Amino acid sequence: MNKIIKYVITDILRNKIVLIYTGFLLAASLSVFSLEDNSSKGLLSLLNIILIIVPLVSIIFSTIYMYNSAEFIELLVSQPLKRNAIWLSLFTGLASSLSIAFLIGAGIPVLIYQANLVGLTMILTGVLLSVIFAAIAFLATVKTRDKAKGIGAAIMLWLYFSLLFDGLVLFILFQFADYPMENAMIALSALNPIDLSRILILLQLDVSAMMGYTGAVFKDFFGASNGLIFSFFVLLSWIVIPVWYSTLKFNSKDL
Amino acid sequence: MYCSATAANIYVGAKRSHKTVSSAILSARDGDTIFVDAGHYREKNLIIDKSIILKGIDFPVLDGEKKYEIISITANGAVVDGFKLIHSGVSSLEDLSGIKVYDSRDVVIRNNILEDTFFGIYIQNGINCSIENNQLIAVGFEEQQSGNGIHCWKGDSLKVIGNQISGHRDGIYFEFVKNSVIWRNVSKNNLRYGLHFMFSNDDMYVNNVFRNNGSGVSVMYSNRIKMFSNYFEENWGDAAHGILLKEISDGFMEGNYFTRNTSGIYMEGANRIYMKRNVFENNGWALKIQASCMDVVLELNNFIGNTFDVGTNGSLVLNKFKNNYWDKYEGYDLDKDKIGDIPYRPVSMYSMIVEKYPPAMILFRSFITSLLDKTEKLIPSLTPENLKDTAPMMKRAF
Repeated sequence: MNKIIKYVITDILRNKIVLIYTGFLLAASLSVFSLEDNSSKGLLSLLNIILIIVPLVSIIFSTIYMYNSAEFIELLVSQPLKRNAIWLSLFTGLASSLSIAFLIGAGIPVLIYQANLVGLTMILTGVLLSVIFAAIAFLATVKTRDKAKGIGAAIMLWLYFSLLFDGLVLFILFQFADYPMENAMIALSALNPIDLSRILILLQLDVSAMMGYTGAVFKDFFGASNGLIFSFFVLLSWIVIPVWYSTLKFNSKDL
Repeated sequence: MYCSATAANIYVGAKRSHKTVSSAILSARDGDTIFVDAGHYREKNLIIDKSIILKGIDFPVLDGEKKYEIISITANGAVVDGFKLIHSGVSSLEDLSGIKVYDSRDVVIRNNILEDTFFGIYIQNGINCSIENNQLIAVGFEEQQSGNGIHCWKGDSLKVIGNQISGHRDGIYFEFVKNSVIWRNVSKNNLRYGLHFMFSNDDMYVNNVFRNNGSGVSVMYSNRIKMFSNYFEENWGDAAHGILLKEISDGFMEGNYFTRNTSGIYMEGANRIYMKRNVFENNGWALKIQASCMDVVLELNNFIGNTFDVGTNGSLVLNKFKNNYWDKYEGYDLDKDKIGDIPYRPVSMYSMIVEKYPPAMILFRSFITSLLDKTEKLIPSLTPENLKDTAPMMKRAF
């Protein structure tokens, strides 16, 4: 298993796309921190990168990589290896190289300019989002054999999580404005890893505004240790469930 | 000495002729000075009805035994200096206090420590009294069972200077007080307001710190108030404001700092307020200005790192924003006069949405809400058309 992981990582490194991604993240985060006169504004720009670019790159790259290594997977399957091990080591290799890219590209500048709780939350959620969207990409590739269809599905999933879902939540919020929606909002946010990550960062960044009445509900929930553990577990299950389900599918898949 | 016939020194202490302060006061005449040695005195209710100076050496303790008002002053020109007052009685009916001044003028209360008093220092109809350098610490847990730190009800030319107040209901309370000054006080961790102003005209407060009070500072129904260089910090909660201005007219605010409040300033029915060179930093809302405000002028203020710059509840705008620095301003300055060429609209669409649907705060800073905000900037529809800074500064105003 270790050998496959090692092979996947070296293959990805040779691929150069991840290197370019790392360079892009590094350049972007260094420039947002050095351009803005106060570094909290830099954090805001970085927030957008983490919430939009990281999931996008993670899901698209993973999908394309999986389709391109279809022959390699076939080769591996013909060896005396368990399918579980093959699939999980592919996932581990891909997820860890994306996480390392994020840690180098965005983590180092954040640690240089904003080595505080906000910065650390951002790094943690960025890593989790990289892994989550790799997991979702695995789900997309195992479900569809056609490359174009699979990439399309990946893009649609990204669009859904980063844009459409919030639109739906906003719509629901306006429709049910007369009802107490705070707890429902917390439940809804668990359905979208990007939202959950954003709220965790928001509670650090905009704590003054979040301390208003409804804000206090969110703060009480997400700010307390129970809420933090809850959100962490929800984010973890966003990794575990797609990986587990795609492994099941891959085990019985007719290659 | 022969010439000092009118001003004698009287000493109180375990080894002195007077064992209690009350017996010393009984034998004193106007103008005398009573020195009190360190010790623990249970004087029940000490009444100062002569113009004397009561001076404590090394903070003698006056204990109210949780039953009595500790010192009551009914004489003009009395001075209480250097005592430690503990455990006053608690009564909402009589407003028992550490030190209470009744209908007197020129009273001085300075350098005292008040611990666990119901009301701290209470001026009831005083003229030209000073309250200086006192420390007031209360341990009330509920608003109902706690009194105010420095409570002034009806007065003129009072001076409240250099006091430290914490744990009371309101740190400093002014009602019907005119021409007075509040200077260099620190009022923090009080249950309700750091400073509470009602029906008090022509007052000024300077260089005070109001931090982490239940609902910040509240100034209501008063005219011609001047506020300089005060710090309003960390007042958190839906009903908490750095400062609440309600029905205030002709106020002047300069050089104040509003930092990390849920809302820095909340204005309702405020008229003709001139705000200049204030700093709003890291607040939820820097300024909530309701449509009922008129002729409020904001000039040369710095708005930095606030979640929302300005919130409002209607489309009517009768106020003026000029030459402020907004860190969210995205305009340009082609003629290099350091003033932006396009106006800045400090009310974002999302702040209007959050005002109407508070739970929407959970979607803040998401992709779709940023998109909505950008669209609104191009084609304003929800935000008030006239609420804008026509000449925003490109760099910090000061």
